[in-house]
Amino acid sequence: MKKTKIWSWIWIFLGGLYFFVPLYATLRFSLMMKKDVLSFMAYEQVIKDPKFLEAFTFSAEMALLTIVVSLILVVPTAYWVHLRLPKLKPFMEFITMLPFVIPAIVLVFGMIRTYSKPPLLLVSSPALLVAAYVVLALPYMYRSVDVGLRAIDVRALTEAAQSLGAGWPRILFQVIFPNLRSALLGGTFLTFAIVIGELTIANSLAWKALGPYMTTLAGMKAYEPAALAVMSFALTWGSIAILQFLGKGRGGAAPENMAGMH
Amino acid sequence: METQINSASQSNKDAPKARPYFQNLNWNWLGVVPFFLFAFLFIFLPATSLFVGSFQDLEGNFTFRNVQMLFTESYLINSFKLTIEVSLVTAIGGAIFGFLLAYAVTIGGLPRWVRNFLSTFSGVASNFAGVPLAFAFIATLGRVGLVTVLLKQLGLDLYGNSGFSLYSFWGLALTYMYFQFPLMVLTFIPALDGLKKEWREACENLGASKLQYWRYVAFPILLPSLLATTILLFGNSFGAYATAYALTGGTLNLVPIIIGAQIRGDVLNDPNLGYALALGMIFVMAIALLIYYILQKRASRWLK
Repeated sequence: MKKTKIWSWIWIFLGGLYFFVPLYATLRFSLMMKKDVLSFMAYEQVIKDPKFLEAFTFSAEMALLTIVVSLILVVPTAYWVHLRLPKLKPFMEFITMLPFVIPAIVLVFGMIRTYSKPPLLLVSSPALLVAAYVVLALPYMYRSVDVGLRAIDVRALTEAAQSLGAGWPRILFQVIFPNLRSALLGGTFLTFAIVIGELTIANSLAWKALGPYMTTLAGMKAYEPAALAVMSFALTWGSIAILQFLGKGRGGAAPENMAGMH
Repeated sequence: METQINSASQSNKDAPKARPYFQNLNWNWLGVVPFFLFAFLFIFLPATSLFVGSFQDLEGNFTFRNVQMLFTESYLINSFKLTIEVSLVTAIGGAIFGFLLAYAVTIGGLPRWVRNFLSTFSGVASNFAGVPLAFAFIATLGRVGLVTVLLKQLGLDLYGNSGFSLYSFWGLALTYMYFQFPLMVLTFIPALDGLKKEWREACENLGASKLQYWRYVAFPILLPSLLATTILLFGNSFGAYATAYALTGGTLNLVPIIIGAQIRGDVLNDPNLGYALALGMIFVMAIALLIYYILQKRASRWLK
């Protein structure tokens, strides 16, 4: 038994080393821009670059749009399926799993082929980018909403509200949504984390988003990309950490892995 | 009109269920139309378009040539082979290392806080990918990376004669592992928790050794979920583009990288061949996920 424990510590130690060394290396590297002293100079350089601000703003806007469209698309549908069409559940699960079967690079390839000729000329419109992001986020958004809906008695809540004379807007906004709050927040943060640094689709559709900006910068500079990487960890990890925290509450989304990002 | 409504309400009285049912049916389907329309336009249509394109020549005539070329052009065969190899290595490596870590914090008897810490960290790390991940590994194991420099001081020159490069197969595999094994940890902690104490006690009472318990009881129970997760990891790295692109800049001949290059400029000199390549990826992913589902069903028989 004692021996098992020693081995356990060894494995955890190795795991910890593998986890933390790359993070530490990036952080250290990002602080080494000034010779012989640690400084935040690389960070200043990044923030001062107007192209960074442009790319970041663009990605943040796309993330917000994606969140809004996903919520509008997924939440009422999932609610309706739970309430009235439970037989459709497996089919919904199948559709929302499709983005795992179709890798992001393949999805965007198909989208370009479909929407680059009239009558559906969407390829240079941000609408197609948002649509692609909604597809990428679909498995996570649907599953967190689904988990949230399973945790509450949708039918009882709806009927109770109806019998008290509530109309549909009131049922949705004052009864169902508040009960799904942590699930919706979970889906929102995951979507944000997916979109903000996304590379594959933004690159393929030739948008100057944060992901492509980071890749370009990596080819030209040494310290700034490391600073940018640290900032991006902080952003992504912050939103996922909040998500994990929320996941502990009722009806929250369990953290899952994001196939689309890799 | 008037009479129609009258007769309708009349029949309503006679057969109260008939009309509401009919009414509900119409309404209910309408509620999911926007979602399915979206899925049709942005998932189904693009996928179909690739499928159709795979079986067309440049003039749009039907042909099997593109799909055939996937199996005859050595360049394409090698790219599929390389992608599958990277995915297999990182899936199996990730599964083994993840299993050991999950074992350490469940059965291994480590304090509770280690377990909490590991699962939180795995949740974060399994989502860590793309450009920042590539940067982190360049800062660690690139030519002037922290570990590279450290090892050099100790007399081991990674880029000298050992033949290692972060921008090659093993470098990429090592980088992919960062998001691979945390996923295994996340799925395997609950699986190991699902091993009931009673099974072990029953084995001990029947005189089985620890090895026999693992060989005949625990391992067969865990096997389906072990395989299922490995396949999930396989798919996870098979479709990966961002990390590979950011790390190697497209020098490694992976299928997603070729597709990416094909999108930005017709590197294959044949758009339809590109579609066939994409179709090949969907095909591999679909098979992987199908096996995953079958195994997952088997796994849930014992482990809840």
